[in-house]
Amino acid sequence: MEKARPLWANSLQFVFACISYAVGLGNVWRFPYLCQMYGGGSFLVPYIIMLIVEGMPLLYLELAVGQRMRQGSIGAWRTISPYLSGVGVASVVVSFFLSMYYNVINAWAFWYLFHSFQDPLPWSVCPLNGNHTGYDEECEKASSTQYFWYRKTLNISPSLQENGGVQWEPALCLLLAWLVVYLCILRGTESTGKVVYFTASLPYCVLIIYLIRGLTLHGATNGLMYMFTPKIEQLANPKAWINAATQIFFSLGLGFGSLIAFASYNEPSNNCQKHAIIVSLINSFTSIFASIVTFSIYGFKATFNYENCLKKVSLLLTNTFDLEDGFLTASNLEQVKGYLASAYPSKYSEMFPQIKNCSLESELDTAVQGTGLAFIVYTEAIKNMEVSQLWSVLYFFMLLMLGIGSMLGNTAAILTPLTDSKIISSHLPKEAISGLVCLVNCAIGMVFTMEAGNYWFDIFNDYAATLSLLLIVLVETIAVCYVYGLRRFESDLKAMTGRAVSWYWKVMWAGVSPLLIVSLFVFYLSDYILMGTLKYQAWDASQGQLVTKDYPAYALAVIGLLVASSTMCIPLAALGTFVQRRLKRGDADPVA
Amino acid sequence: MAKADLSAAWIFFFLTLPCVFHPERMLWLLFFLVSAIHAELCQPGAENAFKVRLSIRTALGDKAYAWDTNEEYLFKAMVAFSMRKVPNREATEISHVLLCNVTQRVSFWFVVTDPSKNHTLPAVEVQSAIRMNKNRINNAFFLNDQTLEFLKIPSTLAPPMDPSVPIWIIIFGVIFCIVIVAIALLILSGIWQRRRKNKEPSEVDDAEDKCENMITIENGIPSDPLDMKGGHINDAFMTEDERLTPL
Repeated sequence: MEKARPLWANSLQFVFACISYAVGLGNVWRFPYLCQMYGGGSFLVPYIIMLIVEGMPLLYLELAVGQRMRQGSIGAWRTISPYLSGVGVASVVVSFFLSMYYNVINAWAFWYLFHSFQDPLPWSVCPLNGNHTGYDEECEKASSTQYFWYRKTLNISPSLQENGGVQWEPALCLLLAWLVVYLCILRGTESTGKVVYFTASLPYCVLIIYLIRGLTLHGATNGLMYMFTPKIEQLANPKAWINAATQIFFSLGLGFGSLIAFASYNEPSNNCQKHAIIVSLINSFTSIFASIVTFSIYGFKATFNYENCLKKVSLLLTNTFDLEDGFLTASNLEQVKGYLASAYPSKYSEMFPQIKNCSLESELDTAVQGTGLAFIVYTEAIKNMEVSQLWSVLYFFMLLMLGIGSMLGNTAAILTPLTDSKIISSHLPKEAISGLVCLVNCAIGMVFTMEAGNYWFDIFNDYAATLSLLLIVLVETIAVCYVYGLRRFESDLKAMTGRAVSWYWKVMWAGVSPLLIVSLFVFYLSDYILMGTLKYQAWDASQGQLVTKDYPAYALAVIGLLVASSTMCIPLAALGTFVQRRLKRGDADPVA
Repeated sequence: MAKADLSAAWIFFFLTLPCVFHPERMLWLLFFLVSAIHAELCQPGAENAFKVRLSIRTALGDKAYAWDTNEEYLFKAMVAFSMRKVPNREATEISHVLLCNVTQRVSFWFVVTDPSKNHTLPAVEVQSAIRMNKNRINNAFFLNDQTLEFLKIPSTLAPPMDPSVPIWIIIFGVIFCIVIVAIALLILSGIWQRRRKNKEPSEVDDAEDKCENMITIENGIPSDPLDMKGGHINDAFMTEDERLTPL
């Protein structure tokens, strides 16, 4: 008796699973950065254009392929053409790399979440030095939030070469993170379908709460005005368009095989066109929504730091000239400075080098992305809010939900082909397969908990998925349109869902999207080649800031291996199938 | 020290002069001399003198009190109290503490003299005394270490509370146990379900094998001769009973 393929209990579970996968940490920590760098409000123009031209068509394509073939990525592409099973294998390899390093972020989120139950928050105060007369030196030079991130959480080494040992605290958190992921994928779609109700909706609850709190913070409007003031001249900058295309591409999670896996558990008559549009719109809307929250928090933090800077300057002037306490305020500071400069020129010029120029603009200009934004900038803003423990718990809980939601998609991309394959699923029950995958990933992930672990994390983050994905999606689009045949695919979809495919999708699939991907690919390659040796940011404890260093030779080899191991799957599998067929034909010939 | 010697010389000179001046005027002279000594002992930058800086308005805002001579008296009392805790200095009085150069900031200098009021106490003693009682002095003025500063006397910072078991481990342990229990439950229930499914199909299969050869059709109604009731009841008539009205 054939076991029926497990299905989503209802189409809502499928939509939630896709949203939970697509809406991830990138929406929270990459989009606001891009918005700030490329013209604020005017960045929305290339973003929405790319969404319509590139995001929606490619998402629909992947969902349709998965729903039609009703198998994971390897099986689906093998059905389309036996020479293209390498595409599926490449997807699985990339998903494997991604799940290896992505769960470390969840481990960090757990670490911060557990530390949020203390008063005062551990990243709000510097620890004392040896003889209790002052604060720790590294903490003084950097800030308490940077110190907590680089020293207490990562215990980072000064360079990639100095490995250090595995830190037991992040290792425990990583173990917990993998156990939680295992708990969610244990029963396949049955358990995943229920978990995604939470991982998709809870982040929005937290974002709404944060929006209300953020907008009522002192100085939030500064940040919002700064962000949304459009700088129209950035529209002419090609980098803005390229980054918009890249952001849409990676934000939707195309090419990993997760979307194919999710769609393969659908009823064949499911209207995946509607769902594709819904998911991509919600994904972009979430990015914009999250950046509103982020910028109100930015504004609050910048205003707070600016006012602190003014207070420090006032204190310095008050102490040097023995003025009355409380006489200097933000409004009369400039006047009094002028008066003092003229009245006591020698004394003023003596202490002049110590006076910092406080500027709100320069505080707002510090654009940060990635883990720096999530774990340093946000925590700095949170520690200055009232009832900071509550806001901290909410924020890291939201990060966890976003991260685990994306991890569910990543692991589904690896597990679906494995459970589809008859060889493996006949020997092991799916609980054991999931357990093995989680165990292997957890063991390899311990590399990222070493002292130099964050540098390896950056390598994986920057290089494991970028080029390979572009190539994979390019081959996918060409395969569906030209190898399988666009007409054949269209008639398949019409038979399956009962709806005709509009001309718009056909034009995008056959022409515009592949061209866009090729241009992105060319841009990335030329960028890497022009840059020369690749560099990375290392934390210097003695200076309390980041310094740029070159990658050593073996790190470059690892980068090359990462890119090659996924991209080479495609030609190698094609070659393998070709050789297999030749051998079979060779066997058949003597008989004929 | 040199100034005190000089003043002593002047006193000696006046005392050894023939009694030209009036006794009252001599007393006035003595008074001026003594205050001159005091003024010289307490000066900005003098030996063993410390500068103090208060930021009352920063600390208390609207509830700030004005700095007047009464507050100065309290300050002298607190310093004297701190000195009395030092061994060998239990005899320090409030009048031994001298304040000078009070500015609008509010900042001033102070020294602590010995009972003869000729010398100032060594800075090291004053420093250690103030450090040990800084908390009491702060509380007397409703200030803290940032708003009541003794320049050149670094304050000992209070170390943060360090519980024996870090809090994060407790929370980690709780969540870890919950997750492990949930995983174990799910795995076990999956195994039980599979065992039940494996038993059921085999029971159903056996019954089907027996029945396949033996099902006969009577009047269009298949009856099962292997019915548990041993053939006593003919299923073809079972339903008819209910149509008979009870007697």
